Amino acid sequence: MQEKKIICTVCPIGCTIAVKGEGGKILSIEGHTCKRGEEYSANEFLHPVRILTSTVRLKGSDMPLMPVRSNKPLPRESLFDCMEEIKKTEAKVPVRCMDVIIKDILGTGIDIVATGNAE
Amino acid sequence: MHNIQCDVAIIGGGPAGLAAAVSAKKQGAQKVLIIERDTALGGILQQCIHPGFGLTYYNEELTGPEYYGRFIKQAESLGIESLLDTMVLEVQPTGKIICVNSKYGITYVDAKSVVLAMGCRERTRANIQIPGTRPAGIYTAGAAQRLINRQNEMVGREIVILGSGDIGMIMARRLTLEGAHVVAVVEIMNYLAGLTRNRVQCLDDYDIPLLLSHTVTRIVGNERVEGVYVAQVDENKRPIGETEEFYPCDTLLLSVGLIPENELSRATDIEISAVTNGPVVNQFMQTSNPAVFACGNVVHVNDLVDNVTLESEIAGREAARYAMGSFPQVKRRISLETGNNVRYLCPHLLDIADMDEQITLYFRVLAPEHNVTITAKSGDAVLYKKKAVKVNPGEMEHVTFKTSEIPASSDCVRVDVTKEV
Repeated sequence: MQEKKIICTVCPIGCTIAVKGEGGKILSIEGHTCKRGEEYSANEFLHPVRILTSTVRLKGSDMPLMPVRSNKPLPRESLFDCMEEIKKTEAKVPVRCMDVIIKDILGTGIDIVATGNAE
Repeated sequence: MHNIQCDVAIIGGGPAGLAAAVSAKKQGAQKVLIIERDTALGGILQQCIHPGFGLTYYNEELTGPEYYGRFIKQAESLGIESLLDTMVLEVQPTGKIICVNSKYGITYVDAKSVVLAMGCRERTRANIQIPGTRPAGIYTAGAAQRLINRQNEMVGREIVILGSGDIGMIMARRLTLEGAHVVAVVEIMNYLAGLTRNRVQCLDDYDIPLLLSHTVTRIVGNERVEGVYVAQVDENKRPIGETEEFYPCDTLLLSVGLIPENELSRATDIEISAVTNGPVVNQFMQTSNPAVFACGNVVHVNDLVDNVTLESEIAGREAARYAMGSFPQVKRRISLETGNNVRYLCPHLLDIADMDEQITLYFRVLAPEHNVTITAKSGDAVLYKKKAVKVNPGEMEHVTFKTSEIPASSDCVRVDVTKEV
């Protein structure tokens, strides 16, 4: 059996939630004070995900960089591999917010999109 | 010499200035002008490429550029004008603004009302007087953030961060993702300065050690930083000599607090609060000069841009009313008193007119506490009462009530945060 202490980030209270589980199944959740906290801690226990934000080099603009993000949260363990892909990438003007910069990064089904605008 | 006439002039084109401008225009002000010293609007959010913005205002999680992008879109469609690359030199008590840019030279802006939205700046090494040499490699966290996120310049490889403020923690993650090694985040207080979610997602996720009750005692290095000495501190925040340890590093980032940028406000002779270091404002975000309003981090340092937007919308709306001559007639003044475990209240006072208003007072506690009751009282009347599981100086709290609930016999509202027994 595995036990993890998870600090909830759903709201500023920041409950410390103890989750016990085994083989991808949750056995118990303790310490949460709301439904959203229960859901959050279960997800954090089973498969933590994070929005990844970074920048890519931008060609044809005074701005050297274009800020980017993953359009959905990525598996936490894939973030460094995704960063390697992002480092290799260049964007060219014009770029509009939400333009896809890297489609389906590392086969995750998640896109890296622009968060800024450049003419 | 160049002259511009406008209804509402807004100094600063960051999130506060943008929200104030949009709100002033929507309220009916004809000509709204933003004066900004940078070459683009957006302020600090231009370098805040991380997510976490808009959770309360838009009910979705946006990055900084997405958040201000929405306001720029609105500002453009509403026909709000802006004067970029322009430095304001003086705001005269009459509302006349003297500014300068390379296109027009000295420019006079004649406004019926002015909104101060200059934001804040970071405290530096000089502000906290860290002993040692003066090598390259010492940055404020925000300066490093600008270099990395906007200018494509890496600041170092082995990093120590002093201060557990949000920018410091966010930079710890950003530097790690960019291939640097963050040795530790060092915090002099015995609690986190920033938001818990940043501790989880920026430090814990990357196994970056957080040293509470520690500080940097000395910087070593001639040309470049070679390391820093870190020591534990006692209850009076004095370093304990025998705990001092050397941390080799090439870069020291400082995330040690923000100071509202009020040189202009001070020079225009408006009242400044000694606690928040920003203008004293009423619930209309109006300063002691009736034609001058203020909002955002120039008033008090916020942790969430969502709150900046809300108070800036009030400032913009009321500045527009003032400019159009429809500003409410004030009948009486209510003072606001900081009670137990309350560091400050913003707004600082209430000017009551002939209308029932919903008031939100924002505040920070002095010290972290669990299981507390937050109350707002006026005379015998309890205006607000709510239990909170946890309060922390790093996370802003608020109370709300209606002005009609303040007894006629009372001229004061007091906010307390008391531990439940």
